Amino acid sequence: MKSAPFAYHDPTTVHELMGLLADKENAKLLAGGQSLMPMLNMRYAMPDHVIDLNGVASLAGIVETDDAIEIGAMTRQCDLMAAAPANDRFPILAEALTQVGHFQTRNRGTVGGSLCHLDPSAELPCIAAATDARLAIRGPRGEREIAMADWPLAYMTPNLEADEALIGIRLPKRTALAGQAFLEFARRHGDFAIAGVAAMVSLEGETIEGASIAVAGVGSHPIRLREVEAALEGEPANEATFKAAAREARGIEAMSDAYVSGKYRQRLTGVLVERALTKAAARAREAA
Amino acid sequence: MKHTHRISLTVNGRPVETEVEDRLHLADFLRRELKLTGTHLGCEHGVCGACTVLVDGRAVRSCLMLAVQARGSDVTTVEGLAAEDGTLSPLQEAFREHHALQCGFCTPGMLTSLTAFLRDNPAPTDREVREAISGNICRCTGYQPIVAAALAATGDEAIEGEN
Ligand code: FES
Ligand code: FES
Repeated sequence: MKSAPFAYHDPTTVHELMGLLADKENAKLLAGGQSLMPMLNMRYAMPDHVIDLNGVASLAGIVETDDAIEIGAMTRQCDLMAAAPANDRFPILAEALTQVGHFQTRNRGTVGGSLCHLDPSAELPCIAAATDARLAIRGPRGEREIAMADWPLAYMTPNLEADEALIGIRLPKRTALAGQAFLEFARRHGDFAIAGVAAMVSLEGETIEGASIAVAGVGSHPIRLREVEAALEGEPANEATFKAAAREARGIEAMSDAYVSGKYRQRLTGVLVERALTKAAARAREAA
Repeated sequence: MKHTHRISLTVNGRPVETEVEDRLHLADFLRRELKLTGTHLGCEHGVCGACTVLVDGRAVRSCLMLAVQARGSDVTTVEGLAAEDGTLSPLQEAFREHHALQCGFCTPGMLTSLTAFLRDNPAPTDREVREAISGNICRCTGYQPIVAAALAATGDEAIEGEN
């Protein structure tokens, strides 16, 4: 027994969940547990109350609407990986998810858990940034929706009040460009990535019509390279263009840690941006 | 104050009903309450994979799940892989045949993970097997015999080395 004592609550509806959040001081929401459970076991987190979301059935599931793919916060990563409507539109999801932990952790780990934990190197927040995802948040004042760009407030700190819960995310279909690729570099498969890049490209003939690039693991939260994207528009989809994009991408502000310097992360970002754009463009051609 | 819940679940085909403390994780529940010490704890933070068990058929890390969350589930530990009479499963047999264990610490996690993996991917490549056990740390074997055993259990001969 390693966790400090807490009281366990298992609501079955969002309504009940809201009641508990309003009532209980120093509470933590338990989603898939692949980040919170280690923190409890190591006593980094010592909540008085743990509110388990696994019994709230309405929070899990994937729905396709006219203009978006809606993913419930408690959708497990393994289920999203296998979900046809989501991956038809955003094949980048499955490509990124195979690199999220290991199959055993994806069996429990959830989409919402990953977004709320907001590890800088996490793949799902990076995909959410690349696809301009919208996040639905429920609290005592009702529901609000915010853009992924407004979700990270600081290092591992989402824009979420203590009495609020993430309900789900919406990936707008219009952001799904024809060619998509997710690449990351980690010391070992399933480890935290030193850097990861999500890239999407659409082509008009051999000219780049639009591009989206998001980088994980380099800044304190996923970073969109909007200037690099803008510079790609109207350029020919060739090696010289992607090399130029890579050079520009290396200018990204990068964190240093005990293992990896910021300089190395910048170089790696350049390499991954070039590779991801090349792959995404090739896939856009295949799709044409 | 001690917070507890009453839970009932099935473990290796046997119904269990008991009271657990809220903070107890599934691995400690299996080991301490049920004395099923085949499930090992290497890290208790999701890194080593030694604690892997099957919950409703899915391989999960039992150190990252609360015992109370296993309510109503069907849990299989390494003790539940062999037949009632002790006959080893084909995967266990292949582990013995290929010397896929030395100290045996990682073995319960390897066996439960690969049991679920091979059920869902009956004809994997060498590379797929390696990826499947990438979340299971072994400090003895160097992994080669484990991969060989997994491939042998599918009826395929092992492919030597990385490819
Ligand atoms: S003890 Fe659970 S993963 Fe190491
Ligand atoms: S056999 Fe010793 S850790 Fe794998």
